[in-house]
Amino acid sequence: MLHTVNKSPFEKNSLDTCLAHAKEGSAILLIEDGVYGALNGSKMTAQIQQAMEKFTLYALGPDLKARGIADKVIDGVKVIDYAGFVDLACENDKVQAWL
Amino acid sequence: MGGDVKKFMYVNRKAPYGTIYALESLEVVLIGAAFEQDVSVVFIDDGVFEIVKGQDTAGIEMKNFSNTYKALEMYDVEKLYVSKDSLEERGLTEDDLIVDVELKTAAELTALMEEQDVLLSF
Repeated sequence: MLHTVNKSPFEKNSLDTCLAHAKEGSAILLIEDGVYGALNGSKMTAQIQQAMEKFTLYALGPDLKARGIADKVIDGVKVIDYAGFVDLACENDKVQAWL
Repeated sequence: MGGDVKKFMYVNRKAPYGTIYALESLEVVLIGAAFEQDVSVVFIDDGVFEIVKGQDTAGIEMKNFSNTYKALEMYDVEKLYVSKDSLEERGLTEDDLIVDVELKTAAELTALMEEQDVLLSF
């Protein structure tokens, strides 16, 4: 399953709850304010790095660029574009959006 | 313009593009400045993301308003304060910011907030 998270992890617990309920091996895509979760050196970084042992983490490039953090992404988080988002949605049988 | 000058503080706690708060705040700050009030602007929590350098919104087809923060100086809005804790929690430093700011501890921000006549929250 593909999980999308669109809220900042510093403001809402959407990412926390997503990580707690996603099945091992799932794809997790950070979009909109969710991309702040991919920020390296933040208080969330260790939790994301740990999550990458169970899940594949993606972040939407245009949302990273808009927020000025495209060059501050945690190593191992895969940056994709809109076409990549479509591919992920097609490759997975379902999409769950964590709002 | 006559009348008393009041101390207005704008408290920004939201990231720039996910909601309309940041842009609305900026509009109201500029209005306050036009009335020649004593304006200060604070960035706390995700509000610090409003003034991160290098924003490029071409890919999300939204207006990039980050350069407007640089224009605040021309409106005599020069008191820009950033929560030191909020910046550090996000792995950011002063060098990552688009404008010159003063970093403040929570206790320092408390004192500044107590000095104000009006506080507006976004």
